[in-house]
Amino acid sequence: MANEGSRDAKDDGSLPLSRVAGEGRGEGLLRDTGGAKRSGEAGLGMADTPIIRLDGVQKSFGAVRALRGVDLECRAGECLGLVGHNGAGKSTLMNLLAGVFGAEGRIAIDGVDVSGRHGVAEAQARGIRCVFQELSICPNLSVAENARVFHAGLSGFGWRRRAGKLIRDKLDEIFPGHGISAADIVGDLPIARRQMVEIARAFTVTSAPVRLVILDEPTSSLDAHVAEQLLAFVRRFVAGGGSVVLISHLLGEILSAADRVVVMKDGQVVAERPAAEFTRSTLVAAMGSVAAEEKEGPAEPARARSDAAPRLRARPPRQEDGRELVAHRGEVIGLAGLAGQGQTAMLVLIYGRLRGAGKGENGAFVAGDRQQDGVFPLWSIADNITITSLKRLRRGLMIDRAGTRAMAEGWRERIGIRTPDVNNPILSLSGGNQQKALFARALGSDAGVVLMDDPMRGVDIGTKQEVYGMIRAEAEKGRTFLWYTTEMDELRHCDHTYVFRDGRIVADLARSELTEEKVLQSSFADAS
Amino acid sequence: MNAATLPRLARSLLPAISLAIILGAIFWLQPRAASYLGLNLMLSLAVPIAFATVAQMCVITVNDLDLSIGTFVGFVACVAATMLKGGLIALPLVAGLYPEADPATLPFWLTTPLVGWLVLALGIGVYALLGALIHARDLPSIVVTLGMSFVWLGLSVLVLPTPGGKAPDWIRTVMTLKPPYVPLPIIAAVLIALAAHLLLMRTSYGAILRGAGGNPKAIERAGWSLLKVKIAMFALAGLFGTLAGLSLVGLTTSGDANIALRYTLLSIAGVILGGGEFVGGRISPVGAVIGAMTLTLAGSFLSFMRISPDWQIGAQGAILIIVLALRAVIDRLEKRT
Repeated sequence: MANEGSRDAKDDGSLPLSRVAGEGRGEGLLRDTGGAKRSGEAGLGMADTPIIRLDGVQKSFGAVRALRGVDLECRAGECLGLVGHNGAGKSTLMNLLAGVFGAEGRIAIDGVDVSGRHGVAEAQARGIRCVFQELSICPNLSVAENARVFHAGLSGFGWRRRAGKLIRDKLDEIFPGHGISAADIVGDLPIARRQMVEIARAFTVTSAPVRLVILDEPTSSLDAHVAEQLLAFVRRFVAGGGSVVLISHLLGEILSAADRVVVMKDGQVVAERPAAEFTRSTLVAAMGSVAAEEKEGPAEPARARSDAAPRLRARPPRQEDGRELVAHRGEVIGLAGLAGQGQTAMLVLIYGRLRGAGKGENGAFVAGDRQQDGVFPLWSIADNITITSLKRLRRGLMIDRAGTRAMAEGWRERIGIRTPDVNNPILSLSGGNQQKALFARALGSDAGVVLMDDPMRGVDIGTKQEVYGMIRAEAEKGRTFLWYTTEMDELRHCDHTYVFRDGRIVADLARSELTEEKVLQSSFADAS
Repeated sequence: MNAATLPRLARSLLPAISLAIILGAIFWLQPRAASYLGLNLMLSLAVPIAFATVAQMCVITVNDLDLSIGTFVGFVACVAATMLKGGLIALPLVAGLYPEADPATLPFWLTTPLVGWLVLALGIGVYALLGALIHARDLPSIVVTLGMSFVWLGLSVLVLPTPGGKAPDWIRTVMTLKPPYVPLPIIAAVLIALAAHLLLMRTSYGAILRGAGGNPKAIERAGWSLLKVKIAMFALAGLFGTLAGLSLVGLTTSGDANIALRYTLLSIAGVILGGGEFVGGRISPVGAVIGAMTLTLAGSFLSFMRISPDWQIGAQGAILIIVLALRAVIDRLEKRT
């Protein structure tokens, strides 16, 4: 608390209305949580009891351990910045705080242990709100109706007017000059305004108070001016005794708005310090792994890039400078950056172009989202492997059953798919083996270019190693691999890495130049 | 508030414009249709279709589809033409057990029309249960309601093996009312549209019901029960379906298991024609009623065109395609802006 005194001096005069309203109306609900809460709220000096406190919290999704023992405290009158690379566990943590799912470990709200019975409704009643990225708003309803969805109390005669006033006042407060009417259908609004509605809604107060608001990448679709309005409001809200958890990959934002910054990596909190003690570069360093790992250097010596004409070159549609993605024969090209920065779109674009090119060049796609884009769930393993090669496996108009079986058997042995019979259904395989089948499908085709859309998600380490070796071997035979991955380690297998941000290539690293720090630096670089 | 307003306006006005065009064409072809009697005749069958369309709309709001509404309306009509008039004894099945009974000496429970009301209430209850089942087991509504359509048809045949029966007099009286100046079907259509609009568009729980079609996850995260939403919507569909069957039997005076088979597709077409979407909870109750009227009038229009009944269903489909194509064009304009 002490360190923020000077920063907030300018905002202290305008105590946010929400705060006042929240305390007044929230009393009824808060009373049952005991006296500790009341005293905690009464004076800022009493912030000893955190609003929410996690003790050694763990969470696993199947084999993936998303959180491995996280300790965290959110206090009144504080903005907590939360940063980390892909898969560090930020979203899991956020969902946990909001009560979307439970986890192992101790969770306490206002000092009361609620482990095992922390749910969305309880979280909301206790004033914990969450702004999910574009997930918690109904596009077919009006702005006022969306406010109604959030507040069970907004019913009875005249609810529409009251809901409209509630959300409009809050929008006016956070985003002056927003130009949104309460009667607008949310789906008809541009994405930035949708996000504004969603944020404003999280701060509205009817029966339950607003005490802790979790903002997940709130500024991702806002322009700089509106983002500033939001951050100024966050500071006002916090100065009035509220608490905010701010998740953002814009480090400038975190450093300017947060009091305390928590850095996550691999499901753990790796650093936690007052924001004032961080700089951009120390923050990036904290997100990366221990420096010792870097010293190992690339796994194999870098090869000189050939001067021959590249096999393909492509430029992202949003690229403004002359940068483009270049891939030669026999190269493994990495597409890096935070998730969803245009890497998949780039792969799809290239794949479409390869298909359109007609004879000569051929592409094969290895999907990352197996269930959605990869396997044919009702087909056998053999059918799944041979589907892209059917042209070569025909006998007249019919499929050559013996040919498909032979091909599937061949790949089963080469790639080590663990199954007694390739005619078993694909779903009888484990996730990793299903992914191997998808690799077999791509490698078994005559495609010269293999596009991989983060294919190793949820694959065990043993399978990964086997596939890495296979990719290397196939590249040596002249195939080109374009590999979008969110894992740093996989980039070390690439001859060349392009880092994407916001739909653009922002860095172009040869294998010899590749370090985790460089990738993180360019992934998180700020617009400012 | 900008250029996007125009396509949106056109979109919401399209149902009304289609109705006006069809009505204008009819009046131009046959000026005598533009009278109290003419409108009454042409639109009387629009009332049950409008009810069925609103029923379908309730189900479509929560991203489901009801393929059983037609046979359900037929079932209601059969129940109304038998049990609602003369109690259990009006069922041919039961009447066979008491071949020579004198109606005056039969016990109360065999003659009371309350049995009919009970059966109709059960029908609505079954709809509510279907909603619960579809939600709880995450079943495709198309499959469940397709199956149910055979159940309703079978029950209808059990209730009334051959077309016949007699509608209760009071329904008959209501459906043949002749209010001054404005024909009954128009008043009824306005009332249906108003009721559905208030229920779904104006009440605070209506917002939740529609929101569940737009983003179920968000509704759930805000602490609402999706199970209750589904139950409410399917029960509403059952209620409006029952009203459709009652109003239909009031017009036809007798029941028939196959009387409303066409309603399933007509009701879906009516909802879409009225500006609703199959998914996403975007609906328009007023538009749906207008859509139902447009479809009914399309039949009359084709008769006035002297198109043979053999071709009428095809021609009706053509009208539907034209209107929906117009909507697709408007949608595209909307996207471009």
